[in-house]
Amino acid sequence: MTARASVDEPGLGTDRPTGPHPPRGVLHDIWVIARRGLIHMKRQPEQLSDATIQPIMFVVLFAYVFGGAIKVGGSGTAQQYREFLMGGIIAQTIVFSAFGVAMSIANDRKNQAVDRFRSLPIARGAVLGGHAVANLIKAALPIALMSITGYIVGWRIRGSALDTLAAYGLTFAFAFAMIWIGVLLGSVVKTPEGVTGIAFAALFPITFVASTFVPLNSMPSLLQTVAAWNPTTTLSDGLRGLFGNPTSVAQPDDPWPMHHPVAYTWIWVGLIVFLCAPLAVRAYQRSIEA
Amino acid sequence: MTASNAVEAVGLLKRYDQKVALAGVDLTVPTGSVTALLGPNGAGKTTAVRILTTLTSPDAGRATVAGFDIVEHGPEVRRRIGLAAQDATVDPLLTGVQNLVMIGELHQMSRADARARATELLHEFDLTDASNATAGSYSGGMRRRLDLAATLVARPEVLFLDEPTTGLDPRARNDLWEVLETLVGHGVSILLTTQYLEEADRLADDIVVVDHGRVIAHGDARSLKRQVGGDNIGVTVSRPDELATVGDLLSGVTGTTATIDRSARTATAPTVQGVVGLAEVANALSQAGIEVEDLSLRQPTLDEVFLTLTGAPAVTDAEKAPNKETVPS
Repeated sequence: MTARASVDEPGLGTDRPTGPHPPRGVLHDIWVIARRGLIHMKRQPEQLSDATIQPIMFVVLFAYVFGGAIKVGGSGTAQQYREFLMGGIIAQTIVFSAFGVAMSIANDRKNQAVDRFRSLPIARGAVLGGHAVANLIKAALPIALMSITGYIVGWRIRGSALDTLAAYGLTFAFAFAMIWIGVLLGSVVKTPEGVTGIAFAALFPITFVASTFVPLNSMPSLLQTVAAWNPTTTLSDGLRGLFGNPTSVAQPDDPWPMHHPVAYTWIWVGLIVFLCAPLAVRAYQRSIEA
Repeated sequence: MTASNAVEAVGLLKRYDQKVALAGVDLTVPTGSVTALLGPNGAGKTTAVRILTTLTSPDAGRATVAGFDIVEHGPEVRRRIGLAAQDATVDPLLTGVQNLVMIGELHQMSRADARARATELLHEFDLTDASNATAGSYSGGMRRRLDLAATLVARPEVLFLDEPTTGLDPRARNDLWEVLETLVGHGVSILLTTQYLEEADRLADDIVVVDHGRVIAHGDARSLKRQVGGDNIGVTVSRPDELATVGDLLSGVTGTTATIDRSARTATAPTVQGVVGLAEVANALSQAGIEVEDLSLRQPTLDEVFLTLTGAPAVTDAEKAPNKETVPS
């Protein structure tokens, strides 16, 4: 450390440049930027509540308010609905996580944080990587809280340990894919306000025209077809299957995705990561270089 | 190895769609000196800074910063610069310390070094008491100081300050000028942009005047002021009928033509003699027994500079309202 000569002469340190520091690698830079994302979550009451109170509330509300009215599984009891609910509510949370990413991207551009980062000697891709890591951690928190709350209200994992691992693996793979949807949205839409509008207009139908909270056979047939091909449905049912919980029972004449929900969801993960992510990165680059 | 010029730019050209932001700008900042880019809004100042800090690439022209080509060696340039953008870009949700530590770590310093440096800088910039408060709770002046501290974390060779005092009240501006002067004393090379001749005059060794993406004048403050006719001596009299006498007297001392404003009972004439000229005018006035209400020496405003250099007043985009009149000279 540079010792200061006197109080009168503030040693701004610039008189003795130590020279630039050697790069510490992309992972270091990603983690520094991810930490900032986590501090953001902590300091924004609405984000913090989205990640903590809201998931707990949803599980409790759906379990006790809708639980008695919606009949699923063999016996159609409230207990059966609570087990049905968990796969859906986890899926909904993951799909909505795209919104948080889009907001971070749009806000960074709005308050010029992007410019500051870009004037620093950081590794290529570190800013997006930081957003991605922060978002995966942000998604893990509500998933954990919901799982615990679910357990308290009577949800039980009845599948094997390996299947459980596969379920949470699929959850995080889908969360990773949704990051790129968020990046694309946050890059293409000009303002954070615009992001909010588009996100809600798009995300509500995607998460509700699906087997998220109700079995498909309760919907009109056109909606049933749409919902059957909706990856939110197959993510929900894939998780239910792996957890050994009741699913939206696949009829013999249901479309292919309903019979292979896990495989179909993985195809979506692949499609989004390999097709949407490059588009998202390009859109992001274009949005920040203007 | 230190390059003899901290910034060297030749023929920088940048277009946004059809609009030309920079129309071939040459610019040099000698190492260890301060150069001010002076001009109204929309003159291309920010575009020049964005190009030199590698945020955007020029459509034509070349530039080196700290000896490295901005297009070919962007990463090397970024390791050696600090940028304070026009709106302070500190993170409002992070505390003062967290902001500086993050910047330090992204400058590839170790966490411990970054922390020590942050503490040191927060002290220098008089922010120690606020170091654990979120930057969003800071006043405008504090945010600026934090922003400036952030640019210094990694001890840059070249600093880019885009309108560092815009939006500050006069007192905060004065405080910031003192900070900037200290920096200059430590030998950092600085390119700053400003809309205020006073600011450029006080801080910079060289002033480059830009308008519509072109350099329209450059030199040190003194030569530039000579180009625009120097300071203005203004005399406000009690009795309007003495204005003509005062005008002649002013012209006599300064050797320039005095302008007379009857409604303000004021005669004004440019001078390059500064305070000496003012003293002579004061003498002459008292010998002639003229009753004076106000006697002033003031720098030409940016508007007056532009009037002289371009024959047109500096019109900023914000001021292009149809009803706004520009006062003819």
